[in-house]
Parts: sequence; structure tokens; C-alpha cells
Amino acid sequence: MSRQTARAGDPRKVNGELFTLTYGALVAQLLRDYEDDEEVNKQLEKMGYNIGVRLIEDFLARSNTSRCNDFRETSDIISRLGFKMYLGITPVISNWSPAGDEFSLLIENNPLSDFVELPEGHTALNYSNILCGVLKGALEMVQMDVDVWFVQDQLKGDNITEIRLKFIKRLDDAVPAGED
Amino acid sequence: MADEILFELLHMEIVGHLQRSSQKDEQDQCIAKLESIGFRIGQSLAERFTRDCSRFKDELDTMKFVCKDFWNTVYKKQIDNLRTNHQGVYVLQDNRFRFLTHISSGKQYMEAAPKYLALPCGMIRGALANLGVNCVVTAEVSTMPACKFQIQIQRG
Repeated sequence: MSRQTARAGDPRKVNGELFTLTYGALVAQLLRDYEDDEEVNKQLEKMGYNIGVRLIEDFLARSNTSRCNDFRETSDIISRLGFKMYLGITPVISNWSPAGDEFSLLIENNPLSDFVELPEGHTALNYSNILCGVLKGALEMVQMDVDVWFVQDQLKGDNITEIRLKFIKRLDDAVPAGED
Repeated sequence: MADEILFELLHMEIVGHLQRSSQKDEQDQCIAKLESIGFRIGQSLAERFTRDCSRFKDELDTMKFVCKDFWNTVYKKQIDNLRTNHQGVYVLQDNRFRFLTHISSGKQYMEAAPKYLALPCGMIRGALANLGVNCVVTAEVSTMPACKFQIQIQRG
């Protein structure tokens, strides 16, 4: 029995690693398929978007949050609830634009890049670009049109990983065709 | 645990992406890619898991590891039934395979099943390869969400 426990390890950690390793295998496959960093970034964002539009359902069900009053509240919930719940980290929110429509998420240890070292010649690759897609997709489902992009990445030698979010506009509730 | 769903959604999206980006006549290639992604995951997972544990007694012991610890970590349950003919064929039966439970229960959508099983097959092959067992893994579904994985050991 003792060996069994030793094997499985901390379940939470191993589970996170499963996701990290799966994501790594995916990026490696995309790099082989497309051989172009920009194209891989685009595909990762697209896949993230598709995940985000589904993940928001799960998030709302679990977190039991209500509508945000402003973008500042949204930023707080993304970091303190969203990232915490799914990736176990709480990014620091900073660099607000004066108008209050743009902020940065600062991530110190990004679980997605846990076992990763970028090989040479991939300076344009945003390894964790899927996160941008997830954020965009999820926020779009709660009527927020946002732009999300990588500013800095520790994998490229920066001191911190920085993702920037810019609020563009509120989306109107789309009513399905044929209904009032 | 909330992060289980991430793995599930990611897998769904990997399948969807490869499906979208391959032509109709390239289905085999799509399956092959899924299998090779799975192989890589299985390989590195087994590496992480077995770091602090003693050597496996024999082949059967290795299979039990796949059925219990490995399955539990990846799919949150153990394999329901393990059979072997003692001549290098093992059949792992999962009565509620996690990647299929969301798709269907019954015979409908059977044609969609293979692409959701390719990556898991690769994972088994990768994990076993890492533990020194070379094999071929195939999956068989008769009624979703139940699923049988057949492992054929390659010797010599």
C-alpha cells in the first residue's frame, strides 16, 4: 500500500502536470505542422477561444458570481477566482490605463510553461497563447468584447509574464433568430 | 477539482483542431497525429509518476500500475476489468470511459468514437514504452461509454 501512495503523489499536482504535459505535446505538434511561429500563435488562440466559450459555463456554475459592475471588478474576478480555480495561481493586476479600460495580468510562475525551454529560433512564438484565447472566449460569453495579448514572457527571458487585456465594447445580448 | 475540466476541454479541442485542419481523405493521418501526441504525454507522465517507486515485479505488475494509478490520475477512476491470455495480450475494460461519457450513451455517434480514443491509446503505449514494454494498443467500442483497450505486447 505504501508504494501505491508514493506512486500517485500529490493528486492535485499530478493533475496539473497532466494538463501541462498535454499542452506541451500539443504545441510541439503544432510547431511540426505549421513551422511558423505566428501561425502557431493564431491556432493556439483559436483553440483557446473554443475552450473559453465552454469554460465560462463551468466557471459561472462553480463560482456563483454575479454580474460585474465595472472592468476593475472583472479583472479582480479573473485573477482571484478564474486563474486560482483552474490554474492554482493568482496573477497580480497592474498597469491600469488612465481610462480604466486596459490592465495587465502579471504571472510569476506560469504552470503552462513548467517543463518548458524554448529552443532557439522561436522568438515570435507565444508559448502560452492559448490563455489569450480562453480569456477572450470566456469574456465574450458574458457580453464583453476584449483584446488580449502577450506583452512579456518569462520563457523569452523577461522578468515576468505579462498578459494585457483591453476592453473594447459591451456586446448586446444576441437574441436567437425567430424570437422576440 | 476544477482543473479536471481543463484537461477534458483541451482534449476535445485537440481532436477538433486536427479534424478541422485535415482533409476528408486524411482521417488516418489525423488519428496518427492524435496517437503520437498521446504517446508523448504518456511517456512523460510515466516518467514523472514512477520517479520514487521501486521497480515493477513483472509485466503484469506494470499493467496493474496502468490500470490503477495511471488511470486514476488521468481519468479519475480505475479500469473496471483487466484480462490477459498470459501470452502477451491484455484487455483493459472501462465501463464509463471519461472521454466518451459526454458524447453518447448507446449506439448513436459510434462513428465519432475512434478519434476520441486515439490519444488515450497513444498515452497507454507511451507510458508502457517508458516502462520498457513495447506494445500495440487498439481500442474497441460496442456501446458507449464503455470501451475496451487491447494491448498486444511486441517481443523480440
